[in-house]
Amino acid sequence: MTRADVLVLGGGGAGCSAALHLARRGADVVLLERGLVGSQASGVNHGGVRQQGRHPAEIPLAIRSRALWSRMRELCGTDAEFDPCGHLKLARGEAEEAELLRWNEMAAEHGLKASMLGRNAIRAQHPYFSDRVVAGSLLAEDGSANPRLLASALARSAREAGATLLEHHEVTAIEPGFRVEASGREFEAPVLLNCAGFWGGKIAETFGEPVPVYPLNPNMLVTEPLPFFCTRNLGVVGGDVYLRQIARGNVIFGGGRGESDPALPTSRPLPEPAFAAMARAVEIIPHLADAMIIRCWTGIDGGMPDALPVLGPSRTTSGLIHAFGFSGHGFMLGPAIGAILSELVLDGRTDVPLEAFDIGRFARQTALAEDASKTRLE
Amino acid sequence: MSVVVVGAGPAGVRAVERLVAAGLRPIWIEEAPDGGGRVFQKPPPGFSRGHRALYGADHGRAFALHAALAALKPLTDWRPDTLVWNLRPGDLDVVSDGTHERLGWERIILCTGAMDRVVPIPGWTQPGVTSLGAAQIALKTQGLAIGRRVALCGTGPLLLLLAQQLTKVGAPPVLVLESAAWSTTLRAVPGLAWNPAAALRGMAWRAGLKVQTGAVPLRVEEGCTALRWRDSRGWEHRTEVDAVAMGWGLKPETQLADLAGARFAFDRLQRLWLPERDAAGRASVPGVYLAGDGASIGGSVVAELAGTRAALAVLQDIGEKPDPLETTLLDRALAREARFRRALERAFPYPHALAAAMPDETLLCRCEAITAAEMRASAAPEINRGKAATRVGMGRCQGRLCGPPAAEVLAQAIGCDIAEVGRLRGQMPVKPVVL
Repeated sequence: MTRADVLVLGGGGAGCSAALHLARRGADVVLLERGLVGSQASGVNHGGVRQQGRHPAEIPLAIRSRALWSRMRELCGTDAEFDPCGHLKLARGEAEEAELLRWNEMAAEHGLKASMLGRNAIRAQHPYFSDRVVAGSLLAEDGSANPRLLASALARSAREAGATLLEHHEVTAIEPGFRVEASGREFEAPVLLNCAGFWGGKIAETFGEPVPVYPLNPNMLVTEPLPFFCTRNLGVVGGDVYLRQIARGNVIFGGGRGESDPALPTSRPLPEPAFAAMARAVEIIPHLADAMIIRCWTGIDGGMPDALPVLGPSRTTSGLIHAFGFSGHGFMLGPAIGAILSELVLDGRTDVPLEAFDIGRFARQTALAEDASKTRLE
Repeated sequence: MSVVVVGAGPAGVRAVERLVAAGLRPIWIEEAPDGGGRVFQKPPPGFSRGHRALYGADHGRAFALHAALAALKPLTDWRPDTLVWNLRPGDLDVVSDGTHERLGWERIILCTGAMDRVVPIPGWTQPGVTSLGAAQIALKTQGLAIGRRVALCGTGPLLLLLAQQLTKVGAPPVLVLESAAWSTTLRAVPGLAWNPAAALRGMAWRAGLKVQTGAVPLRVEEGCTALRWRDSRGWEHRTEVDAVAMGWGLKPETQLADLAGARFAFDRLQRLWLPERDAAGRASVPGVYLAGDGASIGGSVVAELAGTRAALAVLQDIGEKPDPLETTLLDRALAREARFRRALERAFPYPHALAAAMPDETLLCRCEAITAAEMRASAAPEINRGKAATRVGMGRCQGRLCGPPAAEVLAQAIGCDIAEVGRLRGQMPVKPVVL
């Protein structure tokens, strides 16, 4: 039996950051990860570090995390290739342009200064866009980072700070109290952090609060290296395609969903969404038409029907705190989520409003049918 | 019943032949403009050298295979110049001349062939350096020697065969480095029906070649003007060259088996992860069959036998009743060849120590320009984690080339057994495609 102050389930960005923040403040932390840290959503996403375009409820989280990204090197010894190159969100019509204006106005109330690029400005600054692009909203302080590096760097720093991170430790039983069994070992702690991504749903259900979380598999693609043309991280209103060109020239982009079987777990990208994402990319950047795709990939994230995470204390069990279901946009938030969790555990409060993420919002909904968790993979 | 055969080399031709004989009309997909495989690759249109000149002692088998290929094309849904870039249960994504198509399959025989197996050394990515297989194809199909002062490095029969073929066309190599020591080769002799050491020595002698055994290349100098190498006694040498070809055996093209979800096992002798299969070629995934060098390196004779055997397995599995004598004879022949093959692997082993010890500055992954030092520094617990940290295997070849040497480098760096670092996961598309 291993005793600790806090047990963290799940070694993604949020879990590793929580372990790091808690250990730095002297807590005795054990993190259990079924595979390797950062293997799923945290490690295989697009790498956007954006406040741009977020739901109003998420903006305070994003602002808090963006501040952490500026001092990532202090936090975990690497900047994870963070590049504050700006995030440019594009409108492909007047309705989408109006949407950008609405968001900019709302974000200004939170102190975010997005600048609007009209038809002429966007043509002048980004001559590679097609006529479909009519406007853009630029948040210059946003950017991108390399997702493959973040979780493992946070994990390394957490270990250095004294936390115990156990990989290849799949949780096989959880009892109130909390007693957790993983890989034949037992762990006990008064506080349990549920940072288990899609699988966080099962943990919540164990404590009598089921949520309609589904496996979300973003379909990602990368081209061969192309002549450098694009400095900004690019998105569109509606989010059906997103792109960035890395310094090596490859264009990384995504759109649509792959397939997965979270029970194994395994996931794989699919051709249809890859064709569709390519078509959407070419629609805004015509010269991508002949670019060769060298690789596709996906992973498993927890998606919520309202695309907002479950973040905050359990409604049924004291000592249990949830942080999962980031719905495809949690990579950037991970570092701050860990900091917030450490405050909830050690201070009993945090300065970021969490009401919108309360697990109680699903109380009247029923649990998902068993096989709804399985996407197309056979 | 939708039966697909991928590949029209020796394994693919014989598989299709047997399916057609049973009255089936398979979809037959070949990535190259025509069949024959790399071993019996045809010259481009307009080249007129005959089978004897092109294929030497194997010209009879080449002729027979080409004849079968020509006869079978009209009896199948023949699709040359077509790349299979993704494979899922029940369907298949192909592209031909820019046109994409989705095909369905109930049974699929993968005869995907092999590629050269290399050990990166400093300077290996420069113009003038190529693989043994590529040098041989240039010679065989277009009568082209890769240089005037050619160094050949590698192991096994192909090394001396190419040396002999170059000599025959008037471009004898200035240097031939065989990494296996004679003692290693001789130890394997009892397992062989013929004596490769004697046969190769005879072949080299007839061609007037001096072969350095137990010798390895160290560095290709700037501009591919000279090769630094080490002899069996540990002395270093420098030889002026204008071209270098290297290849230490072959490596199966297993990406489609991987995407199909086949289970892989580590083969100690070949030091490679290979898709598991039964004696008839059935993979661990229902409906998927493997034959030829794409499953495990066995050479063209084994490939022809295994192609027929896999087709028989398909026929058995769909309820046909082929003559049991036919399968018995094939199984016996395959078992005999397998014993021979194991001895050959022992005689000419992959020089894994050379790979593991490659200098820090060596470009381990040429697609992404990652050095051996970066892989060592990652100290990753397994190869996919090493890929995530360094980008090795993330480029356009997805580790087909650098995967095995990267595993050797990582295993030595973290001090674990090669099998423990695992294998790189493949992703669609298996080769770059325009979508």
